[in-house]
Amino acid sequence: MKEKIRIASGQGFWGDLIEAPVWQVTKGQIDYLVMDYLAEVTMSILQKQKNKNPDLGYARDIPELMRRILKDVKEKGIKVITNGGGVNPVACGKAILKVAETLGVKDLKIAVVTGDNLIDRIDELITGGDTLNNMETGESIISVKDKILSANAYLGAAPIVEALKMGADIVVTGRTTDTGLTLAPMIYEFDWDMKDFDLMAAGTVAGHILECGAQASGGNFMGDWQSVPNFAEIGFPIAEAFPDGSFVITKHENLGGIVSVETVSEQLLYEIGDPTNYITPDCVADFTSIKISQQGTNRVLVNGIKGKSDTPFLKVSCSYLYGYSASATLTYSWPQALTKVKAADEILRKRLDNLGLSFEEIRTEIVGYNACHGPLAKTVNEDDINELVLRIAVRDKSFEPVDRFGKEIAPLILTGPPSVTGFAGGRPKASEVVAYWPALIRKELVKANIQILGV
Amino acid sequence: MKVKLIDIAHGRSGDKGDAANIGIIAYNEEGYRIIDKYLTAELVKKHFEGICLGEVERFELPNLKALNFLLHNTLGGGGTMSLKLDAQGKTLAAALLRIELEIEN
Repeated sequence: MKEKIRIASGQGFWGDLIEAPVWQVTKGQIDYLVMDYLAEVTMSILQKQKNKNPDLGYARDIPELMRRILKDVKEKGIKVITNGGGVNPVACGKAILKVAETLGVKDLKIAVVTGDNLIDRIDELITGGDTLNNMETGESIISVKDKILSANAYLGAAPIVEALKMGADIVVTGRTTDTGLTLAPMIYEFDWDMKDFDLMAAGTVAGHILECGAQASGGNFMGDWQSVPNFAEIGFPIAEAFPDGSFVITKHENLGGIVSVETVSEQLLYEIGDPTNYITPDCVADFTSIKISQQGTNRVLVNGIKGKSDTPFLKVSCSYLYGYSASATLTYSWPQALTKVKAADEILRKRLDNLGLSFEEIRTEIVGYNACHGPLAKTVNEDDINELVLRIAVRDKSFEPVDRFGKEIAPLILTGPPSVTGFAGGRPKASEVVAYWPALIRKELVKANIQILGV
Repeated sequence: MKVKLIDIAHGRSGDKGDAANIGIIAYNEEGYRIIDKYLTAELVKKHFEGICLGEVERFELPNLKALNFLLHNTLGGGGTMSLKLDAQGKTLAAALLRIELEIEN
């Protein structure tokens, strides 16, 4: 058994710094590279892509990334774990295999985890009495069944552990929890009992710290952010994990960023609810048990973590087509920028009224004034304002009023208040609004499958 | 005396559906004693009047010198539904740091 392993975060979301995973592999020693690509909205986008082309539906950055790192990864024995397989992990695995063949990388085992995707099982589940009731409203999914775009259960660490036991160098999954990507290598390397919930919680907390990339190592840091060195080449976090469940969060020395108790604490609090019940498929972690201390420059020790038994359920996230929205911006300059913005907003709303258009919601925000903090924003002497951006957005279940709204923005330039600019890129388009349907499913109804592709 | 929250704490915020979560972390133990005593759910609810339309829940993490607030019905529907520029509540931790606490000397 290894005495410690170094697990490196390579992506916090699809769209994160493309160079980050390359640096993790090339700028220092690591054993695992874990990459989270999936947000709820990502799944519905990927499902739409797959509907159009059965070979798509995964994070398409992955093959290009593999082209850059695969030789290093194989040479150094680094294992890569990612949920970027989206709704088509098999196609993602095959794309990586193709890259390996092109590069001449041999003896590469790629494991593909499937079974999370429930899109073709909705009818079967409903017939069986599992109506995937909305966790918030209690409503049965039957009411939106015909509009469902994607439906995925969140798998935990177990299938990845199995894949690693089968000798996988690369593990590609669909909807696996972000935390499971980090927990799995610890279970595998340290031969942890998955019923030891303190250990499961420890790996889960490490996963929570790594899952948003540089948010744990100086990115988006609200403490003394100006003290963060070299944002341009920010080092993503690395968890140096030990068999007893303790771990040190650190980063490659030659990259920018900071790993401190403060940066790690901010990430620990990110997007959590009740800290004593952080629920995953693997355990329920207690964030109030976490002990955290600075062990040296850019080294933060985390230990003492307690956990409880996992629940009998997996979370399911379904997405369905709800309606349409559009947003538009126009920029007004000094003098009287605020008065002009307010006048333009009134004129636009009057025109929409005159056209008999109604919306589920119409919202005006003034960027540079109150868009972020609303009524909490400080009042400013109008003569001190150099320019403001009027941002107006609408949403409705039907397409027509949202589409017509888009045609009423440009006319304001020649038919409204003066010194206005910033209307480029054409009319704002009505885009689809995808809504989410969170539900629970009994664990025994979801079976993960693992297949090995290999050169 | 008045204490500006931004002088004794930092934080981070994000979304959980239509709820915003705001984590507030004191820079030291003395700061934690102040936020634990004075930064109540009621005060946070009042601060976000017109923004937070639902309940405010407060959770304590003394081990991190931190409080976690859940502000329900705050993000205009949340996620993809929201028409807000800040649909995920990313700037709400900063909005809470604007608060001044009236503390006993």
